[in-house]
Amino acid sequence: MNSFLSLFRRLEGPQTVGRGPAFWGAFAIVLLAALAYPLFSDGYTVGNTVYFFVWVFIALSLCLIWGYGGSLSFGQTAFFGIAGYGYGILTINFGSAYGFTLLALVLAVMIAALFAVLLGYFMFFGRIAGVFLGIVTLAVTLMLERFMAQTAGPEWHVGAARLNGFNGMSAMPPLTIPWPGEPIVLFADVGLYYLVLGLLVLVYLGLRILMNSSFGNVIVAIRENPERAEMLGYDVRKYQLITFVIGAALAGLSGVLYTVWGQYITPSSMGMTAAALPLIWVAVGGRSDLTSTVIGTLIVLAAFQALTIYGSQYALVFMGVLLVLTVLIAPNGLVLGVMNWLGRFASRFLQRAG
Amino acid sequence: MSLLELRKLNKHFGGLHVTNGVNLTLEPGEIHCLIGPNGAGKSTLFRLILGEHHPGSGDILFAGENITALKSFARIHRGLSVKFQVPGVFKGLSVRQNLEIALQSRHRGAELDAEIGRLLAFLGLEAEQAQTAGNLSHGQKQWLEIGMAISLKPRLLLLDEPTAGMSPEETHMTGEMVQRLNADGMTVLAIEHDMAFVRQVARRVTVLHLGQVFAQGSIDEIVADERVAAIYLGQAHA
Ligand SMILES: Nc1ncnc2c1ncn2[C@@H]1O[C@H](COP(=O)(O)OP(=O)(O)OP(=O)(O)O)[C@@H](O)[C@H]1O
Ligand SMILES: [Mg+2]
Repeated sequence: MNSFLSLFRRLEGPQTVGRGPAFWGAFAIVLLAALAYPLFSDGYTVGNTVYFFVWVFIALSLCLIWGYGGSLSFGQTAFFGIAGYGYGILTINFGSAYGFTLLALVLAVMIAALFAVLLGYFMFFGRIAGVFLGIVTLAVTLMLERFMAQTAGPEWHVGAARLNGFNGMSAMPPLTIPWPGEPIVLFADVGLYYLVLGLLVLVYLGLRILMNSSFGNVIVAIRENPERAEMLGYDVRKYQLITFVIGAALAGLSGVLYTVWGQYITPSSMGMTAAALPLIWVAVGGRSDLTSTVIGTLIVLAAFQALTIYGSQYALVFMGVLLVLTVLIAPNGLVLGVMNWLGRFASRFLQRAG
Repeated sequence: MSLLELRKLNKHFGGLHVTNGVNLTLEPGEIHCLIGPNGAGKSTLFRLILGEHHPGSGDILFAGENITALKSFARIHRGLSVKFQVPGVFKGLSVRQNLEIALQSRHRGAELDAEIGRLLAFLGLEAEQAQTAGNLSHGQKQWLEIGMAISLKPRLLLLDEPTAGMSPEETHMTGEMVQRLNADGMTVLAIEHDMAFVRQVARRVTVLHLGQVFAQGSIDEIVADERVAAIYLGQAHA
């Protein structure tokens, strides 16, 4: 009971922006609005919102590994792809009866995490750090993309699941909840929306607790000064590996949900552009804060989609410009800058009032 | 049994023989100072003791155990702790959080808060606790890092130039603090250029020169040694 309460206390802390009744009041309002929103919208728009939400998990994974942990990983899309293909292979082979799709979701995320254990062990215990970590993770991602792109021939299959090369894998079953009588199929509209929203809230609050715990303290300590952290008795590489694996699982969750959402996954989801975009969302939002990452990602994604109407090349150029502007104006992130400013403004206002 | 024993330690950086057959023994409860001209290999010796560098040959024994092959964090668990030459605080975090990270593995909850408060008072950094550590003065950073190092309650505390950038009064206070910690049972090995500090705290002094133990004795013996004066003078000419 006591430890349960202390978990709640960890929802606030030095590692996360936002505290007190004002913040949690705003959080509750946003959550209520998000819960009510499908009632006032149509299936297509709701499905599109799910698409945005799906990407937030990979953004949060980067926030954790890069923003908090200080290791720039280009490899998050690799875990995204592995889990996406994993879900496809599992469900095309074993179907969706008995709630197997939900088990496949968990298994696919675990496969991505297992891959991260291997890759992470090699990198962190091989003392690969800094720029080299970025290079190695990018190389792994692009290798996977190349590999999957050349699997067009019929000889490339896992059981009944054809890998299908550049065109990717499709027609895997959507998530299905077993139910007496008729199983509930979560198509990419209201049903999937509530599941993904629930997962998002869970992951967001869970990460807040994690980052404000003693584990989170060690993670930011390693970002600030790994040598000092080690000299306080922390096994730095173990902590880096654990963070990397948690991040990979989150990226994998993104990948499964994406696959479930569109019922397809292609090699280009692991390509250069796919690898770079999450970095931009997170950098623009504010990589060292969970809330800024969530808000930034949703805003940038919406802006990107709005611009794509005029041609995707313009949207990509806009992304580049946005990144440069962020680096010049608010290197820690535009959303984080605004939130900090709001926080200072509020406390000054309260001081004057009180 | 001696607390720390270095046996014929050797370390090369390329062609540079930075640590050359160093033998050194520390008895439990002593305050030992390591002096020597710039580039003598003092900091490198610390990094060997801490496992950041690995010796080409030789052994490191701590409380009778051979720790030569242990990882750094494991050596810390055995009872070593260090304050580096260049202050290694967590610059982007608050002073309070710096101390919390140092203390959290041995204290939790209200007890942790109390320990942080006690250490802040001990370091005279109460007013600065919410400040970002990177904004502290050089001297305050040194104090903060010393605070983090001693919060581990080590059996052997390694201090690499603890008083660099401090005023004579601050240096004297640091010396008193070292003596107080020593009175509570902590063994201390300090690298120091400030002779007033060395005289204040050290019972034994080792002079390192070109990676070798050049001389050893009480502070008075070392100061009287003309060969020691010569290597410092030699450096002044260079
Ligand atoms: N990582 C390294 N790679 C190569 N050479 C090094 C390395 N670290 C130290 N050295 C060299 O080893 C020699 C000893 O350096 P060290 O830092 O141990 O000296 P020091 O006695 O602590 O000097 P100071 O009083 O200036 O701090 C110097 O010549 C230095 O340039
Ligand atoms: Mg030195």
